[in-house]
Amino acid sequence: MAVTAIVILRIKNLFTVVMLGGIYSLLSAQMFVNLDAVDVAFTEAAVGAGVSTVLMLGTLALTSREEKSEKKSSRTFWLPLVVVFSTGVALIYGTLDMPDYGDPNAPVHHHVAPRYLLDSEGEVGMPNIVTSVLASYRGFDTLGETTVVFTALVGVLILLATRRRRKDNDAPTLADLEEQEDDA
Amino acid sequence: MINPGLYNYWIVIFLMMIGFYIVIARGNLVKKLVGLNIFQTSVFVLYISMGKVVGGTAPIFGEGFEVFSNPLPHVLILTAIVVGVATTALGLSLVVRIREAYGTIEEEDIHAQEEDF
Amino acid sequence: MMKRKPILRVTSKVFMPFILLFALYVQFHGDFGPGGGFQAGVIFASSFILYALIFGLHDAKMVMPARVLEVLAALGVLLYAGVGVVSFFVGDNYLNYNSLAHDPLHGQHYGILLVELGVGTTVFAAMTLIFYTFAGRGR
Repeated sequence: MAVTAIVILRIKNLFTVVMLGGIYSLLSAQMFVNLDAVDVAFTEAAVGAGVSTVLMLGTLALTSREEKSEKKSSRTFWLPLVVVFSTGVALIYGTLDMPDYGDPNAPVHHHVAPRYLLDSEGEVGMPNIVTSVLASYRGFDTLGETTVVFTALVGVLILLATRRRRKDNDAPTLADLEEQEDDA
Repeated sequence: MINPGLYNYWIVIFLMMIGFYIVIARGNLVKKLVGLNIFQTSVFVLYISMGKVVGGTAPIFGEGFEVFSNPLPHVLILTAIVVGVATTALGLSLVVRIREAYGTIEEEDIHAQEEDF
Repeated sequence: MMKRKPILRVTSKVFMPFILLFALYVQFHGDFGPGGGFQAGVIFASSFILYALIFGLHDAKMVMPARVLEVLAALGVLLYAGVGVVSFFVGDNYLNYNSLAHDPLHGQHYGILLVELGVGTTVFAAMTLIFYTFAGRGR
């Protein structure tokens, strides 16, 4: 996965970048299966490697295919590296207090999760605990999430679904755009 | 002092930082969105790995399974994945509109055009 | 769209019913194995996206028009919120499924089934409509 991420960083061809992003999602779905999160792996594989990649390819068809090579001034080269490095160091410092990987005594397993695990059979009666927590114990969050999906749909429709109107000087006409496509 | 039980968190943080670097250091808008996706996915891996219990299994009741992994992070990350794809869809439609308005999707060219006004 | 590639067209026509069936399986077996509303909605949408990629956007829009999808998206959210409102009237709190049937276990079952159906419908309609919008923009 790290190799995929670094290659995405370096490559200029955007088609390759999008495909590698899909591969990254698929690899992370496999990692989720290793971590016993089968529902999450299912969703990540379907959404990340499926829909998200398709939408990005659609965008690439409407915009350019290559990234322009940038002229890097040395001032702007070091600043992102410094920011990223200091954030990484701060995060690693934060993880030093965390319990070990897979520790059954970690605090995250004590507060509310045992109640879900023990009472789900009696109160809800379905084998899949993730669905019972998602739809019954935490139903409000799922309602909010459905609304977010609906709102994103409305947003995309507002942004993209209206026909391009030829206002006086504002929006470029189709002929202008085709000229720009030939120049780019 | 270095605890070998924490290696997987450090690897995930490394992936997160690569995604972060792509977002802030590359000018092409589509590449920024792909970097944002990488960032999001590594955060999910971090949370799910926090919920794993050694020797446990997927949180689905079955015969003969006693120890389960924590289902609570799974639920939260499920919501987060769907919200992430919604954000990506909106971001991509914004990129399409920017391309139609400015003729380019490189950040520097857009800044140059803005300064011309 | 792909008129000269018969292998793709025939294969995708053979695949589509299986993909749709699998999406329905995932939707309704979300209680017994991995699955649930979101995964089912995305898989359902991906079958229509496959159809649109192979046969062209115009044919896909004749099979599943955009108006129907807009109505479906709104209906999904309405179904979810409506289940909550129904539990208002039956006597419990909002989105408490215990009183939807004669005993709490069955009530939970019905409630979760309806709610996941709503989620799946909205996700399917949203993903397909977003794809239609992206694909139809370039003309």
